[in-house]
Amino acid sequence: MCVALMAPIVIVVILAFSGDGYLRFPPTSLSLQWFARFLGNVQWQRALLSSLLIGVVACVVSTTVGFFAAYAFLRCEFRGKKLLLSLMIMPVIVPSIITAIAMYYLAGKLGLIGNFVWLGLCHAVIALPVVLLILLSALHAVDPNLERAALGLGGSRVRVFCRIVLPIAMPGVMSAALFAFLASFDELLISLFLAGVRAQTLPVRIWNSLNLQVEPTIAAVSAFLIAMTALILAAEAILRQRQTQRRRQTAI
Amino acid sequence: MLLLMLPAWVMLVGLFLVPLVLFFVRTFSDFDGTSAEFLEQARDLLFSQAYLTALATTNWISLIVTVTVLLIGYPIACYLTTATGIGSRLVVLSIVLPYFTSIIVRTFSWMVLLGEHGLINNTLIAAGIIPAPLPLMYNRLGVLIGMSYVLLPYMVLTLYAAMRAIDLSLLRAASSLGASGFYTFWRVYFPLSLPGVLSGALIVYILSIGFFITPALMGGQHDIMIAMLIDRALEVAVDWPSAALMSLTLLVVTMALYALYYRLTDIRRLIGAR
Repeated sequence: MCVALMAPIVIVVILAFSGDGYLRFPPTSLSLQWFARFLGNVQWQRALLSSLLIGVVACVVSTTVGFFAAYAFLRCEFRGKKLLLSLMIMPVIVPSIITAIAMYYLAGKLGLIGNFVWLGLCHAVIALPVVLLILLSALHAVDPNLERAALGLGGSRVRVFCRIVLPIAMPGVMSAALFAFLASFDELLISLFLAGVRAQTLPVRIWNSLNLQVEPTIAAVSAFLIAMTALILAAEAILRQRQTQRRRQTAI
Repeated sequence: MLLLMLPAWVMLVGLFLVPLVLFFVRTFSDFDGTSAEFLEQARDLLFSQAYLTALATTNWISLIVTVTVLLIGYPIACYLTTATGIGSRLVVLSIVLPYFTSIIVRTFSWMVLLGEHGLINNTLIAAGIIPAPLPLMYNRLGVLIGMSYVLLPYMVLTLYAAMRAIDLSLLRAASSLGASGFYTFWRVYFPLSLPGVLSGALIVYILSIGFFITPALMGGQHDIMIAMLIDRALEVAVDWPSAALMSLTLLVVTMALYALYYRLTDIRRLIGAR
């Protein structure tokens, strides 16, 4: 079963190193020609740059905004918490075609189609639910008593926040940021509608080429995206491991 | 303190809620003609052959995908709750890596496998099992395979969260009282996992009915789902009222199912309840 789940991904990665002129498995020879084509092509380069730029905007905005929201969410007592959270999760539930069209409608009226920052902000909305869920569980680990103690010792709210809460929650913040970046980096539909000609991201360019013809360069781009995902997941796993280690040490 | 939530709300309202509301309200209010004409056009659209067919296709595909994903995901989730060591880590990796890989990459990889000259057809022909390529893609089968692959992680993560909460000593109690392995599973474990099954099925169904990318790339002309119809109304016909009307129906159904999901589940399970 596991093999079947991994197979498509593994095969695409192998194909990306194919030395053949078209997609054939197994490849008869190996080469880096498709990567050379991907990274040597101005349009793909530009798409990569757009993806990175938009991803960074989405990552920074959604992590910051999400962090404050998650903190307030945990520290305040109020009714209807579950309902509120379920409303904040809405961007992943509403079919993305509808979200994309609605955002396209607004961006069109505002003349913001093809605007990197705007697209980054729209991605931040999509990433927000993931960020919130991760940060809620990360901040759950911050003992409110530590904050009370620091406050009681005369620390100001801001100081306590910066010196106590943020350092303890840092690994969680980092993994939220990583996943937010990934969510934006992989997003297709909203980019498809909002990117215009200028801000085309990697997934948008893959989509455009797939609708014309399945060519091996896409395998190289896909392998690149898979590698990005794997790297980010690995970084996140290491972060989490460190966190548990640190907890164990403090427990001793 | 509650003010700290303000930026998140500004973002959600300004970039999500306002566009949605504006899209519907403005599209409907921009309609040229009387409300009677509008209702007539709405009725024509919602009872048109194309729409009804897409509706049936969407529900049918979503249903089969949900069942498929449940049948495949249940044993995997079950295994994950008990397994330890390298084997379970590999399984986790094979669920999580695809989960976070771009949908378009995952769809592309299945296109490579299932195409006319794809890996599966080439292998089968080379082995002499079939004389000509099987039609595995650009039809219903392709859509079902692609969508199941994309949605499987949601099911596994939801089931896993629910199954981890099951008290395994109940199973030992059942077998010590003389219940067979199958009987223990069917009368003790399965009923206890049922809430997870329900919420997993719901979330997969909710995500299925709004699916666009995979069916658009891997489907044939008989596999038009609602989301594709909406896209076509806009891209091909530039017909905003129709697109808005179909979006509204899809949105209402999605919200109704989400309300049901909300009653059944702790939302944190969406990411596997860490």
